[in-house]
Amino acid sequence: MKDRMSIILFSGTVDRLFAVATLATGGVAMGLDVDIFLTFWGLNAFRKDQVRTNQRFSADFAEFAEPALQAMQAKSVPHWLDTLRAAQEIGHVRVLACSMTMQLFGWTLEELDPIVSEVAGVATFVEEARDSRITLFI
Amino acid sequence: MEAIKVDKEIDARGSFCPGPLLELIRGIKSVEVGQTVAVLSSDPGSDRDIPAWIQKANHEFLGRFPGDGYTRFVVRKTH
Repeated sequence: MKDRMSIILFSGTVDRLFAVATLATGGVAMGLDVDIFLTFWGLNAFRKDQVRTNQRFSADFAEFAEPALQAMQAKSVPHWLDTLRAAQEIGHVRVLACSMTMQLFGWTLEELDPIVSEVAGVATFVEEARDSRITLFI
Repeated sequence: MEAIKVDKEIDARGSFCPGPLLELIRGIKSVEVGQTVAVLSSDPGSDRDIPAWIQKANHEFLGRFPGDGYTRFVVRKTH
């Protein structure tokens, strides 16, 4: 068992991106390494052209989207990407891009925010998650 | 709390989880071993989070001091 948390980030909505950034910070603060495997909409959210402008919100709670996004701005809540960068400053956070999604949509690593360090396949994720203490699908 | 000499004071009031904890971790990194850091937090989660981190990170928890709508946590860097 490794002191590691493995997260699959499938969703690309701001509410869930915040959850992942917060969990990653808590993970490194409490001494875990954190691996975040980005797939589908989670990977889409890290594309440079929209990483800062994405305002998508969980459709199940669509009526909360506007007030939640406004409250985050009014209360100066840091952007989820900045929280993730801060987590990287205090511990080991690795952000991986799913190779299948990359190929499907024709994306390249250069088009993604530099926090994404490499492209990996599902076997890599499973092998790492095999001995992680915590594994999450978000 | 006047008895404890604080080397670095961080005002994280208004910041949400994990903000105050992040500020404390940065503060601890920036001081020398043996020095003390105080963090002010209005996040109710800090009440458990900050002592839990101090214990995990193996620093010395010098106390928590309630203020008006916030709590002041004082920590000594031990390593």
